[in-house]
This record gives sequence, C-alpha cells and structure tokens, in this order.
Amino acid sequence: MDWKALELSFSLGFYTCLILIPIGIIIARIIAWHQFPGRNILQALLALPLILPPTVLGFYLLSAMGNRTYMGQWYESTFGTPLVFSFQGILIASIIFNIPFAIQPMQRAFESIPQSIREAAWSCGLSRLTTFLRIELPLAWPGILTSIILTFAHTLGEFGVVLMVGGNIQGETRTIAIAIYDRVQAFDNQNAAIMSATLLGISFLAIAIIYIFYDKLGRYHGSR
Amino acid sequence: MGQGSISIRLEAKTPIPLDMEFNCNDGEIFVIVGPSGSGKTTTLRCIAGLYTADTGRIICRGKTWYDSENNINTAIQDRAAGFVYQDYALFPHLTVRENISLPIKEKKISVRNQRTDKYIQLVHLNGLGDRLPHQLSGGQQQRVAVARALARDPDILLLDEPFSSVDQQTRRFLVRELIQLKHQLNIPIIHVTHDLNEARRIADQLCIIQDGTGLQIDAPENVMSRPVSSKVAQLTGHDNIFRGTIISHDQEVLSTSIKWHDKILLAGYSPDFKIDEEVDWVIPPYKILANMETKATNPKENQMTGTITELIQLGEGTIVTIKFDGMIDCLQMNYSTHHIHEHKIKPGNLITVSLIPDGIHMMRHS
Repeated sequence: MDWKALELSFSLGFYTCLILIPIGIIIARIIAWHQFPGRNILQALLALPLILPPTVLGFYLLSAMGNRTYMGQWYESTFGTPLVFSFQGILIASIIFNIPFAIQPMQRAFESIPQSIREAAWSCGLSRLTTFLRIELPLAWPGILTSIILTFAHTLGEFGVVLMVGGNIQGETRTIAIAIYDRVQAFDNQNAAIMSATLLGISFLAIAIIYIFYDKLGRYHGSR
Repeated sequence: MGQGSISIRLEAKTPIPLDMEFNCNDGEIFVIVGPSGSGKTTTLRCIAGLYTADTGRIICRGKTWYDSENNINTAIQDRAAGFVYQDYALFPHLTVRENISLPIKEKKISVRNQRTDKYIQLVHLNGLGDRLPHQLSGGQQQRVAVARALARDPDILLLDEPFSSVDQQTRRFLVRELIQLKHQLNIPIIHVTHDLNEARRIADQLCIIQDGTGLQIDAPENVMSRPVSSKVAQLTGHDNIFRGTIISHDQEVLSTSIKWHDKILLAGYSPDFKIDEEVDWVIPPYKILANMETKATNPKENQMTGTITELIQLGEGTIVTIKFDGMIDCLQMNYSTHHIHEHKIKPGNLITVSLIPDGIHMMRHS
C-alpha cells in the first residue's frame, strides 16, 4: 500500500474542492437563474470534460502549462519551479477536469429553488447576501454536498489527465490511481489489489453517502 | 393623482402592458380582479419592487417608493410591503416560528420571540410553531405566509391570490379571517384574485383589470350593477349584454326609451346619452321576472314573450335561456328549479318575461 500516494490523492481532492466549489457555486447560480447570450455555449464548454478523452484534455493542459508557454514561463519565473510535473500542475488539471462534476449538481440544486422563495426572502427585508446564506445555501446544500463528494471521489480516481500533466513522481504527482498502474507495471499485484480495493471502497462510500443523504433530505423537506 | 395611504400610478408598454392608477386607504381592501395574464400580479410586483414599470409613481404613507420622473426606485428590501405569494413561498427548511421571525428586524431575542408569538396567535397557529411548512395543511401554510408578511411590520399588505390553493370550505373560513384582520391591522391591503365572488365579499374597492388596464374602480356593488363598458360587464359575469339605440328621454316619468331590435324598452332616466346614440346595455338575471302564462305584452313593464331554448340546472336555481322571434340575441334569467319542475317547464315552451326598467343599465358603446 502506497500511503504517500493515498495522502497525495486526498490532498489533491481537498484542494480541488476548496478552490472549485466556491467558484462553482458562483457559476452554477449564474447559469441557474440568468438568461444571457451564449449561456448554452458556456454550459457546453463546462460539460466538455465529461466526454473529452482524458488524454486529449491532458495533452492540451500539458501544452498550455509547458515552460515554452506564457503561463508556464510566468509560473516558473514567479514561483521558481515548473508548473508541469508538479503538484500545482495536477491541481490545476484536477480543477479543470472536475468542472462538470462540481457545477452540474449545484446548478440543478439552485434551479430547484423557486424564484418566489428568493423573492419572498427579499420582501422579508433580507439582503441578497443574507438571502444567499440563510435561504439559498441551506436549500442548495444537498447539491453542494453532492458536488463536493463527486469532485473528491473523481479526483481520487482520475488517471489519464494526471499522468499526462504530472507524470509519476513519488510524493509530488503520484496519486493512488497512478500508484495502482505503477504497481501493476511492476507485477506487484498484491499492492495493486489493496489499493484498488481501497479506491473501490471510497468510491462506493461516496456514492452511498449521496443516496442516503438525498433520501433523508427528501423526507425532511417533504413536499418542497 | 389623489391621496390615499398608498397612491399608485403605473404605466408600461412591453413586455407586460400596464395602465393603472388607484389609491387605497388604511383598513381598506382594494381587490384587483381579472383573467389570467391581465396584469394583476405584475401590478403587485411593481408595488413590492419586484418589477419596474416604464413610468409612474408609488407613494406609500408619504414615502416615495417609485418615481420615474425623479429616478427614485426604492429597493424591495427597503419597501415596507408584506407580500403573500400565491404558492405562499414559505422557506421549506425553516419551522413556522423561524419563517415568521425571519423578517423581524429586532435583534434582542426576547423581543423577537415575543413578536413571533404575537403573530402566531394573530393567525391562529398556536402549537404549530415547531412544524415545518410541509407538515401543515394548505390553510395553515397560508396563515404562516400572512404572519410572515405581517412580521415585517409593513405599511401595506399585498396578497397574490392567497386562497387559490385551498379548498372551498377553507377558503370561506380564510376570507372571514381576512375581513377580521383588516380591522385589526389598519393598513391598506391590496388583494389580487380571479375569483369574482371572493372579490365581492372582501373588497372595499374593486378594480376590474384587462390587458394591464384598470377598466373600472368602484365599490363592488357599483361595479357589478353599473359596469362602465360591455368589457367590464363581460368580466363581471353579465350574460345579458346587448346593443340598442336611444329613442327618447321622458323627464316627466323619468325614463329613457331604447330600441332593441324591433322592440322598444323603457329604462331608467339616462339623459347623458344622446338621441339615436348606440349604446350597450345590460340587465342582471334577477331583474327579469317571468310569468308562465302568456299574456298580451305590456310595454310599460317591458313585457315580452319568447321561447325557452335551454334550461341549465344549478342546484336550487335554473338558468333559463329565452329566444324571441326574429332576434339573434338570447336573454338569460334565473328561475327556481322547484318551479321549473312544478310547472313542467321544458325547452320549446313559451314564456312571458318582464324586464324591470330600473334594472336596465346603459353604457357607451365600445
């Protein structure tokens, strides 16, 4: 069992959620409640990582982050280390390939809040911020939790993009999914099996939590 | 623009046309009635600050909430308007108590609790404070919505079809409660509905609206018996709407004669209309009296004999449709179902009716 890889995967999942969920909430709210030119194009772009082969996404990210690009050069000159084959590099990649997993459940959650509920909050004298904190967030919470779990679980399992952008550097970019691949390549099937079972357990637990939570919430909110 | 506790003038062209002007005083219920899509809810939304008319002015208790000329448009949060939504829009994750206490600005918890209790008692929700909205009946949810709207200590209460989601029995009960509440609150209440009977029961002032335009604003009995146009007559449920021509005015007997097809009818004295002017006229069914025995017609009583073409039984009363020879127009009157059975009245029978002259109301032809 490669504990370092598991820790790195958890760390990657945590930071991905930490950065992506707040941004996702803003984007999901805008898409859910506003009509604007190019809304469907934006939705299509945000959903693209769902169907794009990970290697294609990985290739473009690698091309964009390399030290011959403006972004790569700027990053290296600012932070002193290259972006590709680094934890920060796979974090950016992780944020990008998780966009649909983070945004779509939250978008559906915000869409399910009737406009009249928000208007009622305003006509109760609540500011837009208070309405967001006291009404919208609690009502959208199941969707936000789903986004967090899906993003986290998907980060643990992502292989192609991480390998393309980060390679296989122990303690830096070797996530548990890559560690499994690494162990299989080295004919260490026992460790590969342990890590696969761990990932399977975590994934099952994540999905189970979502279902259990939705069931309980359904009973709580009843006829909403 | 006159002065009431709230004075409203709203004008808009697109996407929702509006042309409304009215006032409402403290302790008064102003009811806006009209068909779906007529602009009722939009008017309420303009007052609440959820929608902005192109031009106009809204002054509530001396405070200008909206004035297009002076670019004043107070935010919804700063308008002291209690709004009860058609679907109640209760916060589903908050208990009854939390829903009601949310708009209370007072920070001191003991005072907040005291005020919340006051509103819970006011709308008869004692003992239900810890329930979630979905654990309440439709009528109870409606009361929570009213209590929440009042908890803001509003200068005006806006009710958007609040009784539309409850059964008839609950509706009757809630209507009674609203009338009681009106006296307790002493603020202007603007109520929107498409139910004319409900409107007649609760309104101090009734406004008939169509295509965003207030067609008539008056006391309910005046709007019902003296509509200003055939449009209002249609919207207030009149079936007997006809066209005629003014023949003469008789100042001595205080009557005006109108020609209706080949018949001359006597109506109440209405010298505002010119001779030969085309008018629309209505007569409510209860101003038509029937005599089942065919008699010679008496012009002074506007007696006419026609053939019954249709009988529609509606419980104790029956709507009788009568057609007169050589006329396209049909007259509708109410008749006791008991008498219909007793006299074995059937379609095809002849019937003589009197159109009571003071029941004939004339309107400018539109």
